[in-house]
Amino acid sequence: MRLSVILLPLLIMSAVAAAELPKPSPPRGDGAQCVEPTDVMRRDHMRFLMHQRDETMHRGIRTKKHSLVECLNCHTQKDEQGRFVSINAPGQFCQECHAYSGVKMDCFECHATTPRQPTPGSARSRDHLLGDVFTPLQFMR
Amino acid sequence: MDRDTATTAVRYQTLAGQSAGYWALLAVLAFTVAIGYAAAHYMEVHGHYVTGMTNQIVWGTPHVFAVFLIVAASGILNVASLSSVFGKHDYKPLARLSGLLAIALLVGGLIVLVLDLGRPDRLIVAMTYYNFKSIFAWNIFLYIGFLLVVAVYLWMMFEPRMNRYGKVAGFTAFIWRFILTTGTGSIFGFLVARQAYDAAIMAPLFIIMSLSFGTAIFLLVLVASFNWSGRSVGDDILDRLKNLLGIFVAVVLYMTLAYHLTNLYATEHHAVERFILLDGGVYTAVFWLVQVFLGSVIPLVLFYAPRLQQSRTALVAGAVLVVVGGLAQIYVIIIGAQAFPLLLFPGMETSSTFYDGVVNEYAPSLPEILLGLGGIGLSLLIAVVAMRVLPFLPERIGNPTTASPEPAAAGAAG
Amino acid sequence: MPSSNQNSQINESRRKWVGGAGAAAAVLTLAPGVRLLELAAARSEEEPVSGKVRWGMLVDTTKCAQGCTECVDACNDEHGLIGMGRPLTDAQYIRKLDLKDKLTGKTYSLPVMCQHCETPPCVDVCPTGASFRRADGIVLVDKHICIGCRYCMMACPYKARSFVHEDLTNQVPETPRGKGTVESCNFCVHRVDRDRDPACVEACAQAGHKALVFGDLNDASSAVSQQMAELPSRQIREDLGLNTGVRYHGV
Repeated sequence: MRLSVILLPLLIMSAVAAAELPKPSPPRGDGAQCVEPTDVMRRDHMRFLMHQRDETMHRGIRTKKHSLVECLNCHTQKDEQGRFVSINAPGQFCQECHAYSGVKMDCFECHATTPRQPTPGSARSRDHLLGDVFTPLQFMR
Repeated sequence: MDRDTATTAVRYQTLAGQSAGYWALLAVLAFTVAIGYAAAHYMEVHGHYVTGMTNQIVWGTPHVFAVFLIVAASGILNVASLSSVFGKHDYKPLARLSGLLAIALLVGGLIVLVLDLGRPDRLIVAMTYYNFKSIFAWNIFLYIGFLLVVAVYLWMMFEPRMNRYGKVAGFTAFIWRFILTTGTGSIFGFLVARQAYDAAIMAPLFIIMSLSFGTAIFLLVLVASFNWSGRSVGDDILDRLKNLLGIFVAVVLYMTLAYHLTNLYATEHHAVERFILLDGGVYTAVFWLVQVFLGSVIPLVLFYAPRLQQSRTALVAGAVLVVVGGLAQIYVIIIGAQAFPLLLFPGMETSSTFYDGVVNEYAPSLPEILLGLGGIGLSLLIAVVAMRVLPFLPERIGNPTTASPEPAAAGAAG
Repeated sequence: MPSSNQNSQINESRRKWVGGAGAAAAVLTLAPGVRLLELAAARSEEEPVSGKVRWGMLVDTTKCAQGCTECVDACNDEHGLIGMGRPLTDAQYIRKLDLKDKLTGKTYSLPVMCQHCETPPCVDVCPTGASFRRADGIVLVDKHICIGCRYCMMACPYKARSFVHEDLTNQVPETPRGKGTVESCNFCVHRVDRDRDPACVEACAQAGHKALVFGDLNDASSAVSQQMAELPSRQIREDLGLNTGVRYHGV
């Protein structure tokens, strides 16, 4: 009897809460599917990212599968002007679920929140020029 | 004379905690802590550009306060060591207070250090990822270990059934704090890059500084807490603490002299010595006026001048000046050394957009000062609350009528 | 007399041989400047870095003009180092140092960046191990575990490191950087891992000065090793015994 007196209000409150809070609906990424199945990603994306970051930083392994830069390449949206929107802005991919679950993200304190913006004539287009000193193997990739 | 029965006759009491003065003190300390935390929060939210610290002066006022508190924390335990390790049983009633202040000062210092980190939210990272070639990594263990060792030591003192282990605990704490203070001095001693560091004397200098600052702070807290709670402090015990402090101040002065004289002998170090001792502007002023004159010479006069031997005011004033001088010494060590430019090309005049070759400017900013003061406030707040909750203070200490040089005679009385 | 089967087999194998040789010749002539030795040393993305390679740089200060900041500008561009208008706290991975000999009055100009020492003091003092030296010699800050204590900045004899003093947005994807962590020149590790030169080296070459030469110090046939064999060079603060990866000629 006492148990139901305690449990019942809790059940009602959680049902009410669940009913009022909309489920997160992050925008779809590019392509048919992600590099891992959705349920695997939901559960384990931090495990992949934490492993990948150590592999990349300490061992120089830059495979694209679990690369954060590659995540952004598919999962960032563009606005009307064709510029990428920050992935951690409200309503965008990461933030939709993270705001719902109340888990703070540390990644974008340091990591860029968009791929390089497609602005023509920016100084960064310079890095596509080769210059007159080759490093060997330029052509071998 | 059975020392143990003599000392178990000592009665310890908590602070009454009823008076307006007590609550006023708590309020002031709590306010200081709150402002200190607000300053740290401000620094963390906006980033360190709101402070006076830059890419040239990377450690500033918070580090001065933090290192001072950490160094003093180790030295303040010496009063307890005097009874447990050196057999001076007249100090035994003060051992509890000594242990409490050691913990309180260390916690205050560590809080300031942690809150100044660029990423204080990564404290867990600092406690789980270790590079054991770094003295900082060792210090994390030494500092946390010190808190535990002193806590156990205090337990041995409080719990009558554990009293007989007090000596072992006291000895452990003594060795531990020597290693800890050596570690703190080595933070600077191990830096090959800077002209003012990379010196073996840093470790022993820090040891003796800890004894000097710790004893001075202990004296001040002793006099304040006893006076304000209506307890009597004997002239004899004050006299002995005064002599002890005088010796420590003199040895600090000697070690400082040895450090500078050695550097002055080597042409390689002439530039940095000239900077500190002669034309470093604020650093030269702080060194000579505050560290040497106010912090060492004047206290020695106050402690040893024949006409001032009976004066408690002189003793308290001297202890205050030792504390001020200590802060000045740490200021010169930490900030003065950074103000002097790194020598990439000895023999060349250097200039760049990154402030190479110039004396680096620094002015303490308000958030930094408030954070440092907040650390002191926290230490004192911990001490006061602890004294209210547990019986750290003996009802009286020492013989109030005569200043006795004989330990045996004083022991018989107390 | 060989049967027609055997004949065709022999011809088949001959064709394969000729075809293979032809392909090899084509490869050799296809990309001028490609050396087979470096082909063999190529590292794929999946392989970890190893100590077989040690990246280093030679700075020929005789080709360095006072007032030229091509390398600095390229670095700022590459890593997204946008100044906040606060030179005391703005990050600089590389800067031009102007020297004047106190006795002779002779002046020099040279770029100074992280020297990528073999025994870096910054790596020794980092409490969490965030400051580390990769197997191939590049000294890096792992900003995931940097707590921002700045001890490495105290320890570095070359003032190579900067601290991020404010919130940052608009980072470049290849160079994550954030408030409260420490950073420095990383030899453009994201480029080096993809067989390109650091941005400063490329910019200096493009501007026609060619004062910076980058490559594998362990490979005697690399451009940097060959230059070092010809030109006398030194480390900055060689007395510290750090065996830096960046060497200087002409100062």
